[in-house]
Amino acid sequence: MKIHIPTPLRGYTGGLETVSVPGTTVNVVFQQLTIKYPELKQHLFTPEGKLRSFVNVYLNDDDIRYLEGQQETAVKDSDELTIIPSIAGGVN
Amino acid sequence: MPTAIEEIALPKLSNDEIARYSRHLILPEVGMEGQQKLKAAKVLCVGTGGLGAPLAMYLAAAGVGTIGLVDFDTVDASNLQRQIIHSTATVGKLKVDSAEIMLKGLNPYLNVVKHNTMLTSANALEILKDYDVIADGTDNFQTRYLVNDACVLLNKPNAYGSIFRFEGQASVFGTKEGPCYRCLYPEPPPPGLVPSCAEGGVLGILPGLVGVIQATETIKLILGIGEPLIGRLLLVDALGMSFRTLKLRKNPECPVCGPNPTVTELIDYDQFCGIEKPTSVGPLEVARDKAVGDHPVVDGIPQITVEELKRKLDAKEDVFVLDVREPHEYLIANLGAPQIPVGEVERRVGELAAQKNREVVVHCRSGARSQKAALILKQAGFTNVSNLAGGILAWADKIDPSMPKY
Repeated sequence: MKIHIPTPLRGYTGGLETVSVPGTTVNVVFQQLTIKYPELKQHLFTPEGKLRSFVNVYLNDDDIRYLEGQQETAVKDSDELTIIPSIAGGVN
Repeated sequence: MPTAIEEIALPKLSNDEIARYSRHLILPEVGMEGQQKLKAAKVLCVGTGGLGAPLAMYLAAAGVGTIGLVDFDTVDASNLQRQIIHSTATVGKLKVDSAEIMLKGLNPYLNVVKHNTMLTSANALEILKDYDVIADGTDNFQTRYLVNDACVLLNKPNAYGSIFRFEGQASVFGTKEGPCYRCLYPEPPPPGLVPSCAEGGVLGILPGLVGVIQATETIKLILGIGEPLIGRLLLVDALGMSFRTLKLRKNPECPVCGPNPTVTELIDYDQFCGIEKPTSVGPLEVARDKAVGDHPVVDGIPQITVEELKRKLDAKEDVFVLDVREPHEYLIANLGAPQIPVGEVERRVGELAAQKNREVVVHCRSGARSQKAALILKQAGFTNVSNLAGGILAWADKIDPSMPKY
């Protein structure tokens, strides 16, 4: 499935804006993603493997935190994941 | 959608004002009453930089009666690539003074209230309380959380905008019915993980795009028209020129706007964001990224001055200099050192195996990224790593004045 990578994290995906990895649940897709791009791991997950609280993940238009299965939610190949990290830029 | 301002005794418009706002007055959704609401409205722009510049200018042009400006900075030449409220003639002036010149030039009927200060937990509630809408265009996480919490505590809508490189976000937080910034991001990223605009760069027109979206939301909130971005996050991608909105939910466990709040007064946001208090007035990135100029040893990494590095190089001492900036920065100015961008140091550390026991001096633009890289090298077993304090900017200042600064 397609994963949209936000600008701040593209440095860890070789500049790619979208990447495709296979998987049956959100968790499996993320495992595959961080195997493919290991440097992403520390930016997305805590050392205990929990999704970091300043990273939001949307499955299509929905925040996975509010989906019934959360990270275990089943996904199809036609679904899209979007990673939305905090950005703070404005003045400088 | 109710208006954000109280409708009692709206101020009258003079004939000159009626002529000026003619295109609003003939628009039924604004009309005379709407224009009077705009005149009565008080909007606080937090920051007069990339986002605050177009935001404040359009609000001034539209006839918002009172605009408050919070900024403690002065205008720098490098601001002018995007901060169109300032100009070449006002470089060196306080940003609030510079902005006032532009705004009053655009609309002399405007009342500008200048807050030449850094917004803090101690002054935020006092500053925000007199305004109807707050527009957050700051550049750092501490102030984002501070503005959010203050807006929720005071029940003021927050027209939020944020940018990074080619990407922007906008929403309206802090309303009773909608989510707040903490519902979206309960916690800030640890310092240094997300680069600032000063580190990561920003496309100059992007804050124009996002700042004008904030202005649009502000005007809608004042007039009580349309569908503000409450409960929605707008994502702007300037390269793909795509706009997406995602649903935001009010977090029932939100510590500020949830039914059982645990944050009922402003807290220490520097501590919350894991950064040390800024020691002096200066660019906020420096405070956040802990540019480490004055400490001889930081986290076990000796901080070497540019003078000391120059001396070592002139004396042909055995020192290996490593540049951890990005390739495009090298083209602007460089010390001729081999380059591995900070994000790749960990993976490419093998390329430096031969330098493991040599004296290694790491440098970047201002000294923050190179500190990070030096720590990685130290962890990888390098025995003699130091960080060039102040980076290539200090080199340009103190050693080679012909070198451009960026």
